Amino acid sequence: MRKIAVSRIQELFAAIAAGQTLYLPVDTKAGAKFEQWESGKQLSSALNTVRSAKDFFFPQTENLMDFRVEGKKIEIIDTRRESEDFVLFGVRACDVRSFTVLDRVFLAEPVDTYYKNRREHGLIMSMSCTRPAETCFCGTFGIDAAEPEGDVVCHMTADTLYLDAKTEKGSALLEGLSALTEDCAAEDEAAVERHRELSHERLSKLPLASLSADRFGADKTDEFFNDPAWKSLSEACLGCGTCTFVCPTCQCYDIQDFDTGHGVKRFRCWDSCMYSDFTKMSAGQPRLTQLERFRQRFMHKLVYYPTNNDGLFSCVGCGRCLSKCPIQMNIVKVMKQLGGKQND
Amino acid sequence: MTDMKEPLIPVVGVVTDIRIDTPDVKTFRVVTPEGKKAFAHKPGQCAMLSVPGVGEAMFSITSSPTNEEYMEFSIKKCGCVTEWLHAMEVGQQITIRGPLGNGFPVDTAFAGHDMLFIAGGIGLAPLRSVINYCRHYRDRYGKIDIVYGSRSKQDLVDYQEIIDEWAGDEGVNVYLTIDREQPEWDGHVGFVPNYVKELGFSTDKIAVLCGPPIMIKFTLAGLMELGFDKTQVYTTMELRMKCGIGKCGRCNIGSKYVCKDGPVFRCDQLDELPDEY
Repeated sequence: MRKIAVSRIQELFAAIAAGQTLYLPVDTKAGAKFEQWESGKQLSSALNTVRSAKDFFFPQTENLMDFRVEGKKIEIIDTRRESEDFVLFGVRACDVRSFTVLDRVFLAEPVDTYYKNRREHGLIMSMSCTRPAETCFCGTFGIDAAEPEGDVVCHMTADTLYLDAKTEKGSALLEGLSALTEDCAAEDEAAVERHRELSHERLSKLPLASLSADRFGADKTDEFFNDPAWKSLSEACLGCGTCTFVCPTCQCYDIQDFDTGHGVKRFRCWDSCMYSDFTKMSAGQPRLTQLERFRQRFMHKLVYYPTNNDGLFSCVGCGRCLSKCPIQMNIVKVMKQLGGKQND
Repeated sequence: MTDMKEPLIPVVGVVTDIRIDTPDVKTFRVVTPEGKKAFAHKPGQCAMLSVPGVGEAMFSITSSPTNEEYMEFSIKKCGCVTEWLHAMEVGQQITIRGPLGNGFPVDTAFAGHDMLFIAGGIGLAPLRSVINYCRHYRDRYGKIDIVYGSRSKQDLVDYQEIIDEWAGDEGVNVYLTIDREQPEWDGHVGFVPNYVKELGFSTDKIAVLCGPPIMIKFTLAGLMELGFDKTQVYTTMELRMKCGIGKCGRCNIGSKYVCKDGPVFRCDQLDELPDEY
């Protein structure tokens, strides 16, 4: 483990940014947001960014390929470019786990090369949480906010930033920064441990600390699919899709062509299972009501995805949907309603 | 990374022949610009065809894998992409990617069995591939029965091929039906599910169903009445798809993705999925 004084953090950012593009959460009028670091940009003190970090690997819109069309002829133009190396600094434990959830989809055969390209060029410097919010429930899914996953795990106390490399990629980065950082002694390890304890103590007092996902998981379709509670839960859903867009694990997408007048561009964009268009075919609409679309989203996160991924849930408890849903409906309410006694 | 094959990037296909099957179904023959088949496939697998600027959509490959020269797609005009396809002329280029989906277990579960194919309307499209595969490797399968129905005689897809080729094969019985009486028709009249019950097939065979959901539902019920077990009955499904490789999320039903875990399902496997479609 290495360390650097918090007062010298700008020097650290400058050193990282000298080798590759550095993105970190900064404060904007619209809340915390990942932006490219440049001299003078300060790390946000907010707990998390308004939008998740999934954009870096699965952007909201991307150009997949182009077509040149001339008469009856078509030329397909591969627009893929090798991604540049980049560092994501300050990613919280929930969002780091969301990358694992996305990996299981995009890196499964046949591999999505657009995603893989960015994933391989990105390095994650995660940040442990000391001041979790009341909407946080990452612990429900076995995530430890005090000890995130990532290439380099960072812990920031009042005066010191500790940097702990967890992968080869992370070690190589820290090696390059060794002139700036100091090696840690036993007292530093103790300081980090105290930091973790403090974090655990706060996490244990969160309002959602006892929320359990135990009743959900692989192969539980029959148990929940026909539950009458879906009706009351989904009744007020506006179908706006906000929950899917702020969600770090939602990965459904649409593919659309755009004719520029001098060629056709094929785009991929985020889509939402909350929309009726999502499943609408010329032959009919299999999910006619918002109840069915609402149910699909939560069944996917709590049952279908775990069935296909060794029990891994497709929710990381970041709490974004809790704070952003215009009708205050969210996965926690769904879990409490369907989750039986444990979640009363 | 950018030298890796990307499953969403198609290849160019040239439409070399367009056959008018019915008032709203045409069959398109597709090869690469070099005149070759774009890729090998299994019966029941699909391909994404696209018209740049209009869109991309999933179609079952109608021709048999034993045809090594070209692929065929029987397509009903029913939406944006299909309307465009129906309006095009021979020589037009489109894009094609695949093969997608699992296909029928022709060399495993089907091998050595009597086969009963039941199709309604454009539902014959995915079955034509497997029917012609079974006809090609005739000695690998037992008796073949084909029940096919449509609204009218004009709506029977591949009518000429059925009459000229399938019906004459030894050990192949073809039973055609149309929904309502019409002057130039002296064959059976009535809906497919009832016709299947009337014909009263013995249950020592594998049944393969494809057609509109309502036809599938009643035909499956009819087969159950005849004593078939759901493990003997296969069908192929259709849902909206964008990627075709189990990632875009549209065709997700329960823990399955119709594009990659299907489109072919055994009926008892369908029972394990939530009753959503």
